[in-house]
Amino acid sequence: MTPKKNTIIKIAAIFIACAVLLACKSDFDNPVGDDSSYSNGDADFSNYVAIGDSLTAGYADAALYQSGQENSFPAIMAKQFATVGGSEFKQPLVNDNLGGLLFAGRENTDYANRLILNAETQSPEPIEGTPTTEVLNLLSVPVNNMGVPGAKSFHLGIDGYGDPAGLASGTANPYFVRFASSTSSSMISDAISQSPSFFTLWIGNNDVLSYATSGGVGLNQSGNLDPSTYGYYDITDPNVFASVYSELVSAITSAPNVKGVLIGLPNVSSIPFFTTVPFNAVPLNQETADALNAAYATYNGGLQQVLSGNPDELALRTISFSAGQNAVVITDEDLSDLSSYGLPSIRQATENDFLVLTTSGKIGTLADANNPNSVWGLGTPLEDSDVLIASEISAIATATSAFNSTIKAIADANSNLAFVNIDTYMQQMASTSGISYGTGAIHATYATGGGFSLDGVHLTARGYAVVANATIDEINTSFNANIPGVNPGDYTTIFIK
Amino acid sequence: MKKIIAITQIITVIIAICIAPTVFAGGYRVSLQGQQAQGMAHAGTAMSDSSEVVYFNPAGMSFLNSDMQVTGGLTLIDAVTKFQNENTNTSEQTDNPIGTPVSLYATKKYDDNLSYGLGIYTPYGNAVEWEQDWAGSHLVNDIELKAIYIQPTISYKINDKYSIGFGPTYVLGSVEFNRNLSTSLSDANGNRSNVTLNADNIGAWGYNVGFLAKPIDKLSIGVGYRSKVVLKARGENADFENLPGTMQSAYADTTFDANLVLPAELSLGFAYKLTPKTTLAFDFNRTFWNAYTNLDVQFDNAAGTSLNPRNYEVSNIYRVGLQHVINEKFTVRGGMYVDKSPIQSGYFTPETARNDSLGLTAGASYQMSRNLGIDLSFLYLTFDEFEGSYDYYDQSGKLVSFGGSYITSVYTLGLGFNYTF
Repeated sequence: MTPKKNTIIKIAAIFIACAVLLACKSDFDNPVGDDSSYSNGDADFSNYVAIGDSLTAGYADAALYQSGQENSFPAIMAKQFATVGGSEFKQPLVNDNLGGLLFAGRENTDYANRLILNAETQSPEPIEGTPTTEVLNLLSVPVNNMGVPGAKSFHLGIDGYGDPAGLASGTANPYFVRFASSTSSSMISDAISQSPSFFTLWIGNNDVLSYATSGGVGLNQSGNLDPSTYGYYDITDPNVFASVYSELVSAITSAPNVKGVLIGLPNVSSIPFFTTVPFNAVPLNQETADALNAAYATYNGGLQQVLSGNPDELALRTISFSAGQNAVVITDEDLSDLSSYGLPSIRQATENDFLVLTTSGKIGTLADANNPNSVWGLGTPLEDSDVLIASEISAIATATSAFNSTIKAIADANSNLAFVNIDTYMQQMASTSGISYGTGAIHATYATGGGFSLDGVHLTARGYAVVANATIDEINTSFNANIPGVNPGDYTTIFIK
Repeated sequence: MKKIIAITQIITVIIAICIAPTVFAGGYRVSLQGQQAQGMAHAGTAMSDSSEVVYFNPAGMSFLNSDMQVTGGLTLIDAVTKFQNENTNTSEQTDNPIGTPVSLYATKKYDDNLSYGLGIYTPYGNAVEWEQDWAGSHLVNDIELKAIYIQPTISYKINDKYSIGFGPTYVLGSVEFNRNLSTSLSDANGNRSNVTLNADNIGAWGYNVGFLAKPIDKLSIGVGYRSKVVLKARGENADFENLPGTMQSAYADTTFDANLVLPAELSLGFAYKLTPKTTLAFDFNRTFWNAYTNLDVQFDNAAGTSLNPRNYEVSNIYRVGLQHVINEKFTVRGGMYVDKSPIQSGYFTPETARNDSLGLTAGASYQMSRNLGIDLSFLYLTFDEFEGSYDYYDQSGKLVSFGGSYITSVYTLGLGFNYTF
């Protein structure tokens, strides 16, 4: 019996040895999630608060909806911060993936559901469904993501910007109403009361973009130092911006050892809302061109008489159609006012004009359903709100540049602050090569490029991943940290009906 | 005392092997075709002491001692592949079902020279399950491949030293494969659009041929060749899920055509009796994976043809095994093998994301009675972690790469029986 027993023991020993000794080999030498390879550097991510507007909130497809919030750039970064001492990142999540808001139970067309792309019509439309996010259901907890869609720089310091009583008059913002700590608090006071150890501030987009997306119907308030007199679609005065921005940053960084990243503003020339609709894409046959030329003969003839001393404006304003692709007719309030001669301020668009995205559904349709000659862009000139003309584009560029200089100067002056020049990333996204992420590239092209959501202004989850990576890169550089980026390819783009 | 030292030595050797640089391979080849051979590194081409020869070398049937023998077994495979990308702090691991390849062999002598037999075995298979919608979901969410080989066999002993054997194989293959349609497409609610391919019981024919020589008493030399088998799926089910509403008519559930290659394998083996009780066996397998050039799938809807280049290379496996008969009741076996990956750089897909491997085996047989024996086998297959990518995923005419670090480990535990009449 003894030899047999020994043999059994021997065989069992070999098997156990194989199982136990080899089991240890089945993992990576440096498994991710083992935090030793990452480092927080000089920064403390234990309480990260993100302050900003729609781009901080994760707004996309013309709405704030749950999966957009979950993929907001601060939420993406907070996940990566978790490897270097970050803690839970609370967001004021809306109630659904539709994104529309209810005000005391009522829907509001200004806060409609998110857009999805109808593959048949090739155009965006709001997703069907009844929104369930009631603005007046106030969240009572402080949130780390303090992105408030629609907020401008000077809104952040306004007390009562989250007071439900101010909704009707427009002094309050429904997105801030949802999570303001009290009816009298301001965004910045709520941020400071959370004692952030780290923050991002991306504000100022709406100080110029609201003007741009409205086709420049607002005013350039350069020189007006009283923001309380501004309309929503106006451009903020650069001095107002500088003083407000500097106060905001001083307030947040007044506590010791708070570090943060200030994010600059993109230029409109890289945003598909302004670059998608071509100025000259109206196809005409000879017959239609002739008829349109005849219709504008009186206008052209009038110009000949009145502008004989100004050949440049005469050439710019003379309207001429031919068979093939034609430029649309637009309203240009910068032209000499010839209304006393019965001549409207109109001309054909040039490559220097930006037609806004919403004109894609307007050009070619009838302005007056009973008048077949009233086609928008042909018989009926497009309106001021449909197009950014050269002077408007210039005002936008000047303001953007001034705001960016301010932001960068404030960041440069404080070693606890880093600056992300987001415009370089946006320009790269708008370039032919796009932003490469290893498994593909992100482009700014509307609907197909992957970077911009269907509203043409806000980013997709994938686009927000690019912002998160850019910011993490800057944190790594400025604060000696080693925080992993994300693969933008893992994030969603647009949604198709 | 002496025995304890021996065990210590064995453990030392095992540790040394563990530390040595290693890396599995073999695409979707699963070398688990006989419990006795598994114990000795699956080196069976020149062995002729069990009806497992039906698979390993049909010519070996002529040299079996018993008039009739039946061998069968079941192996449990526990395989895990881990993926990670250090740059993005992402990690995934497979949640594979336990694989259960089976084998059953029977041999019978017709007369002194002619033997016949039957084999049922599963040399190819794959079961990989990643988390749905993981980072590589455009390549694979999950796959399950099964191929059952049924092989009637005859062998003829030319004289005392040489024999030949042959068997046609009928193969029944099934595959189920799910992947997302692109890296981003989803329905309006964000559910990722995906397709499931399902093909059951595709029949195909092949053959297994072998030659065995015993030039001297102590030495056997075997040569075997198993032919390529092509499973041709025609008009099988393709189920499209979570398409955006406006695309559902173009991407309605449909049928697909695809060819799956089970490549040919050439084997050369030597078995040498060191002592009357101890046999040393070497096997060299050359698998003609170069036949696996692509896994193109032709859909009968707007999805059209999905091109999936694989471009595997011919690969070799080197095996060495040892069998020692302790007494009339106990036989023990051990072995190791090196399996070179057939996958070229840039073609590592997550359904077979495996590199070169080192296999360590152990086995034992216990003779319960004069007729019945039980066989036990253990295999640990170890792979080094490696950086690999698949660079040929075509998204809208653009090649998109997916990769990271992979590491795989496989354990198998096998139990079988042999019965001699």
